[in-house]
Amino acid sequence: MSSQTPVIQLKNVSKTFGEVRSLSDVSLEIYPGEIVGLLGDNGAGKSTLVKTIMGFHEPDAGGEIWFKGEKITDWSVAKARALGIETIYQERALCEQQPIWRNMFMGREVTKKFGLLDVKGMRAEASRLMSEHMGFTSTAVHPDNTVQTMSGGEKQGVAITRALYFDAELVILDEPTVGLSLSETKKTLDFIQSIKSSGRSAIFIDHNIFHIYPAVDRMIVLDRGKVAGIYNKSEITMDELIESMYRVARTGNLKEQK
Amino acid sequence: MSAEKDTTAPKSNAVRPPSFWRRFGLQLGIWSVGVVMWLAFVALAPSAFMHKGIYLAFASTTPIFALMAIPLTLVVITGEIDLSFPSIMALSTCAFSEAAQSGLSIWLSLVIGLALGFLCGLINGYLVTKFNLPSLVITIGTQFLFLGIDLAWTNGSGVDLTPAKYNTINKILVGRTFGGVANQFWWAVLVTILLWFLLNRTRFGSHVFLTGDNKISAQLMGVNIKRIKIFTFAILGACAALAGMIGSFEVSFFWPTMGGGLLLNSVAAVFLGGTSVFGGTGSVVGTFVGAFIIGAINAGIVAAGVNAFYTQIFFGLVIIVSVIMQAIISKRIKK
Repeated sequence: MSSQTPVIQLKNVSKTFGEVRSLSDVSLEIYPGEIVGLLGDNGAGKSTLVKTIMGFHEPDAGGEIWFKGEKITDWSVAKARALGIETIYQERALCEQQPIWRNMFMGREVTKKFGLLDVKGMRAEASRLMSEHMGFTSTAVHPDNTVQTMSGGEKQGVAITRALYFDAELVILDEPTVGLSLSETKKTLDFIQSIKSSGRSAIFIDHNIFHIYPAVDRMIVLDRGKVAGIYNKSEITMDELIESMYRVARTGNLKEQK
Repeated sequence: MSAEKDTTAPKSNAVRPPSFWRRFGLQLGIWSVGVVMWLAFVALAPSAFMHKGIYLAFASTTPIFALMAIPLTLVVITGEIDLSFPSIMALSTCAFSEAAQSGLSIWLSLVIGLALGFLCGLINGYLVTKFNLPSLVITIGTQFLFLGIDLAWTNGSGVDLTPAKYNTINKILVGRTFGGVANQFWWAVLVTILLWFLLNRTRFGSHVFLTGDNKISAQLMGVNIKRIKIFTFAILGACAALAGMIGSFEVSFFWPTMGGGLLLNSVAAVFLGGTSVFGGTGSVVGTFVGAFIIGAINAGIVAAGVNAFYTQIFFGLVIIVSVIMQAIISKRIKK
């Protein structure tokens, strides 16, 4: 696997907010066709890491982000998305008073001649995606409906479909199962498997190790802004993982000190 | 909540669009306020309101603040406010008339005036986004600043706009066409159409809505909210310049203190038109209608023979009742 070029690679990325260092010297790489779990306690820096990868936060000087073997300068959300990185955020990142179609194409609106929006096309496409990929049949869901009229699972469906639509090379899922019902959670986990089977990559963040462990190939454990450990799934059982997660939370060390 | 939703199967599989009421309820509310008010005026003063004279009067006076209320709608949708546009109006018209006085061509002077208005808007937008300041506060500051520059520049004296060299531009901006309709009415219609397209049919417009709805979500999805806000302020600035020139040519004189009294008319037109104070939703067509409702109150009360001192009471009641009605309609629509 290491012979391949990583989809994304972080080299010594740090992020400081005022006096607080949320990330310190994080280096990691994600390879094509691999699902990587990102684990860590609250405040470990998971969401900051995601937002830095997405270009929402600018890394401190010295940190580098490489996409498919090329160093990226002037990283921004628009650029990250144009290159093929999509994120399903914990907070959904929806605009609730806007119709579904506008949310689905948020930031990447489809235009026709003279830069005019293809509203008709976006409506039709949103409608198709919702029935094909989300299996929505609820009467509440029409592309012209505003998001505020939808249930939590339906909102998540919009966020997932949005990431799916743009054929991302790398999909980042930040706690996607929070607040979902059992069947909606299963749908989301199936979606993660479909990313892998189509040869694309994903970073999967979840509090629940029982969701993460079966779904991923590798796991990266973050602790207080640092990479505390990287495991291939073959190297560690779920019980050992849980044990070492507790140890990290208590002592900051992954391995038992002798 | 979501778990419950999942277990209760939908009654039918049909995907229905939102109802007509849900989509257009708010706009219908605004139009109905206008119609009810108009009927009241017709009943109270049939002699005035059955003749076209009063409508021609509306068409000449209302556009002067409507031309600013319409672009102000965009600023309000992004979740900001601008209180400085009457000063931008005065300052950029000042630049226009001073440039024309100094012998520059009228058209070049016109461009200078519009450009200065645009620039003043850029300054507002830059200050608001760069320093993350509340626009309410910063535009109170720039309001004094722009008006101050205008007064110092002109030394408080106006410019006569009657000379023959102004005839062509006068005709274009404030001439009368189609049986006496003031051209500024057509300018207001044109600005409404252009801004409707900008807001509803361009990427920029989509981003205006997204910025005002939830700026964090918008940013996470790659919307450059600072650029969007700056340009909404700048568009308002340029339109204020146009309104200033129209207002001055209408009376053939540039008063350095022009624009006083137009601020609240414009702001009221925006909110009367159904644009949300909290940002994220709004309509330029609604503002256009709102502006004419406000214009009609002013003129209608007097024409109806009611003591002019009652105007303010009527004004207040219409605005309060309309805004309460909108709040109720919006709440119903959300359900």
